[in-house]
Amino acid sequence: MNKNYFSTRWGIIGVGAFIGVIAALLQKLGNPGNMGICVACFERDIAGAIGLHRAGVVQYMRPEIIGFVLGSLVAAYLFKEFRPRTGSAPIVRFVLGVFAMIGALVFLGCPWRALLRFAAGDANAIFGLLGLTGGIWIGTLFLKGGYNLGRAQKTYTSVGWLLPLTMIGFLALMLIFPQVKGEPKSGILFYSMKGPGMIHAPLLISLMVGLGIGFLAQRSRFCTMGAFRDLILFRQAHLFTGLLALVVFAFITNLALGQFHPGVAGQPVAHTMQIWNFGGMVLSGLAFALAGGCPGRQLFLAGEGDGDAAIFVMGMIVGAGFAHNFGLASSPKGVGPHGIAALVIGLLVCVFIGFTMRKK
Amino acid sequence: MSILVDATGLSCPQPVLLTMNKIKEMQHGQMMIQVDTDTSKENVSRAAQSQGWEVTNVQENDIGYQLTIKKDA
Repeated sequence: MNKNYFSTRWGIIGVGAFIGVIAALLQKLGNPGNMGICVACFERDIAGAIGLHRAGVVQYMRPEIIGFVLGSLVAAYLFKEFRPRTGSAPIVRFVLGVFAMIGALVFLGCPWRALLRFAAGDANAIFGLLGLTGGIWIGTLFLKGGYNLGRAQKTYTSVGWLLPLTMIGFLALMLIFPQVKGEPKSGILFYSMKGPGMIHAPLLISLMVGLGIGFLAQRSRFCTMGAFRDLILFRQAHLFTGLLALVVFAFITNLALGQFHPGVAGQPVAHTMQIWNFGGMVLSGLAFALAGGCPGRQLFLAGEGDGDAAIFVMGMIVGAGFAHNFGLASSPKGVGPHGIAALVIGLLVCVFIGFTMRKK
Repeated sequence: MSILVDATGLSCPQPVLLTMNKIKEMQHGQMMIQVDTDTSKENVSRAAQSQGWEVTNVQENDIGYQLTIKKDA
């Protein structure tokens, strides 16, 4: 039996540390403030790039996301772990993806960014992390009560390839229609002229980093939601040590690069409505827990052939379209006009799913 | 005869949950767990070991892996 070093205690710590350092460096290399990596924000930017929403400040085909999926695909093939599978309540996973994204955009970040914001001194992130923990805790109650999305089935190899192929298509579009300075559109792709969508590291660096993280995360099974869930549900700290390593190393790198700015007001791409920072992440955490993985993990799973995780990713991208078209997403000024209503609906839907999909 | 826990096709954390429930029920003895992914194989092994059970065998098969875990009384 091959020993998978990356899934050992030191393996997961190493991967967490690597992600922490690289994420802080990506910010230095051009990504937005405290957003070296943010799976939700970057998927939202991709939704903007292909015109699923038309929020002018958040439109960019983020190569990191493409790299995450393809890096995981390469690792899965290299280590014979590519297993095409699907059929475990796909529509539920889609809906959970939609609301996970809406919750994340009420807070302004996925769990990865919540940790990175915290590691850069953004005190608002503490409320987000508390909310995330709360949402995951509610998810564990459902899990204990028998919540289960059912079994996936083995399927055709091509099923497992569809999301990676979509990502290759996105990359091709980006190369065919590259960003033109001063232009909001290149061919069919939208680009931001201002705001976080305009701020990005060079394409090749973003892609390489994405590939590297995708590879390592597939091997180590790094998952931010799983970190909290396993701690709450099984008192098991394995994944949590990786998460802690991410925070510690991002913090150290931020200090070294002069990116650590402790405070509450005026933090980059963040608002100070703490109850909604908390509430947004309760929804997100619950949706991730019910779907069995944080947004990063869903990308890595999709890369190793999990068609249900791929559906969740699609749900998140479409959810970003809803979030910006319907005024659900927050901005540095605060929550969007309909963000709170969407949050309540999202929680009701998640609770409905949690209560009704149980096997005794 | 050993007990078999079938965790094929189930996503995180179901394979571990099923194993842990069975471990609590049995307290000691021997059981086999069928999983279909490497992640589940690692997670189930880790969970069993954390409860003082020993992974005595990992058999690769058409579906994935069949783990045998054991704890003496």
